[in-house]
Amino acid sequence: MNKELQEKQDKILSDNDLILETKKLTKRFGGLIAVNKFDLKVSRGKISSIIGPNGAGKTTVFNVITGIYQPDEGEYFFKGEKISGLKPHQILSKGIARTFQNIRLFPNMTCLENVMAGQHARSNSGIWPSIFRLPAQIKEEQMIKEIAEKRLEQVGLSKYKYELAKNIAYGNQRMLEIARALASNPDLLILDEPSSGLNDKESEDLMNFLNDLIRDNLTILLIEHDMNVVMGISDWVTVMDEGKKIAEGKPEDIYHNPIVIESYLGKEEEEED
Amino acid sequence: MKLKSVNGYERKFKEKNNWFIIIVVLLFVLFPILIKNNYIIDVAFFFGIYTLLGLSLNIVLGEVGLFDLGHMGFAAIGAYTTAILNTRFGIPVLVLLPVSAIAAAVFAYLVCSPIIHLRGDYLCIVTIGMGEIIRLTLLNNPFGLTGGPNGVFGISFPCIGSLLVVDNSLKYYYFVWIVVGLSVIALIRLQNSRIGRAWNYVREDVIAAEASGVDVRYYKLLAFILGAALAGIAGNIYATKLMIVSPESFTFMESCLLFCIVLIGGMGSIPGVFIGAAAISLFPEIFQPFAQYRMLFFGAVVILMMMFRPGGVWPRQRGQMEIESVFMRAKKSVM
Repeated sequence: MNKELQEKQDKILSDNDLILETKKLTKRFGGLIAVNKFDLKVSRGKISSIIGPNGAGKTTVFNVITGIYQPDEGEYFFKGEKISGLKPHQILSKGIARTFQNIRLFPNMTCLENVMAGQHARSNSGIWPSIFRLPAQIKEEQMIKEIAEKRLEQVGLSKYKYELAKNIAYGNQRMLEIARALASNPDLLILDEPSSGLNDKESEDLMNFLNDLIRDNLTILLIEHDMNVVMGISDWVTVMDEGKKIAEGKPEDIYHNPIVIESYLGKEEEEED
Repeated sequence: MKLKSVNGYERKFKEKNNWFIIIVVLLFVLFPILIKNNYIIDVAFFFGIYTLLGLSLNIVLGEVGLFDLGHMGFAAIGAYTTAILNTRFGIPVLVLLPVSAIAAAVFAYLVCSPIIHLRGDYLCIVTIGMGEIIRLTLLNNPFGLTGGPNGVFGISFPCIGSLLVVDNSLKYYYFVWIVVGLSVIALIRLQNSRIGRAWNYVREDVIAAEASGVDVRYYKLLAFILGAALAGIAGNIYATKLMIVSPESFTFMESCLLFCIVLIGGMGSIPGVFIGAAAISLFPEIFQPFAQYRMLFFGAVVILMMMFRPGGVWPRQRGQMEIESVFMRAKKSVM
């Protein structure tokens, strides 16, 4: 990437309000450098994507940002506040919610209970209020339930409210996971390959759904494999390969960027052959 | 307002459920009056103790899925706290009831803090070690406090002044079952609160729970602390009933039996604990001639359970659909 272009893009970014920023993020697993001095900028109210071939370190970046892994070097900021080193539940209370690539629900609990999990960090009744059913606790429980029901309705799963999460269809499980993340009223929603395993119709619905969320003042960061999906809805795309950022820009620029085509699209074509 | 959203089926279930609970409670209240046999009432008392212990392990094992095979250790802490403080300082046993609970809870906090991050079988092995260390320590009579293998004896009756002295089988029966009843109410309320759900989230998927904002470490520790406190209470009642505590009451085998209670009944299921505790405490009495084969029997039962009904005899039911399917199943089995 030439310097002039870089400066131009930095300007676009700085004009926007940054909600999440990582600086020289590095994560090693033994001798393997999974993420290498990775700088990521996510603008408020936009859909940003990270793309890259398998093993590029995309999911690792997510896991570091959400506190599941601790970074070896570098730091990251959320709404200008340093959040590196915090635990996952603390990150969630700051306002970052996530979903997982291989869906992680609470299989033997009802869909409603699954979504209620999102409100856990937003409520605070302790043991005694729960045992004695103090008015504040009852009110809080009702609030948790109402928010969860609202979120379930938003993703169109109200009818499965009392069904166990493990019993609903795969596509619905994905939406349920998103509903759970949304139930924490996050400012930033991180989605790890939300369209994987979904058919074309389902992923189109999902993309429309995400676009609606953006209108509600949410910021979305997603990892995607499906180039069509990414190019269709992203405002900003970061390309990763072998743990490094190799390009970033608007989707149309990325689409025609020779480095990206070589490292990402080129490889994928070879694989398909 | 909420009642409106409850549909006919759910309401019908609730009514049925209420009748069931009323009948069970009545049975427990009237049972010793109808059966005036002290031996049988004593058996029912120990059924109560095992239920209490089962409920306490159910918090740790059933709700959070933490393998704890040293749970009798917490009961031992409660029992010995009661025994020592009562015989040495003459503190009334009833006053020592909360003290035993707190002692066991503090002990659980201290011991479990460093090991709480361990998973599955690793935690299991450490808790076996913990239970055994407690038993061996008691056996070795530290500071001449625990009386070694003989234990501590001469524990007094629980009493409120001289008004009400719990001094016979009947009174002990009501004493333990009132405590069980209160515990069940508290635990059901916890199950239906954000705390109970957080425990279940941790059991279902630790990483997802963390990412959903649950402080996993805190809730695991909380489960151990509450479980230990309840076991401490059971230990206190046990000590006052037997009037003697000795290390042989708190062996590894007893911890295994508690484990069986939760597994037989169904993880995280309170009615299940009653069934499991009944199996553990009543069957040996009913099949007295085969008492020495008790362990063989339980071993076989647990293996069969794992094969044919891994959820337990009475697994915890969740939500409306589950309720429906239970009735379907019940209807089918009746026909």
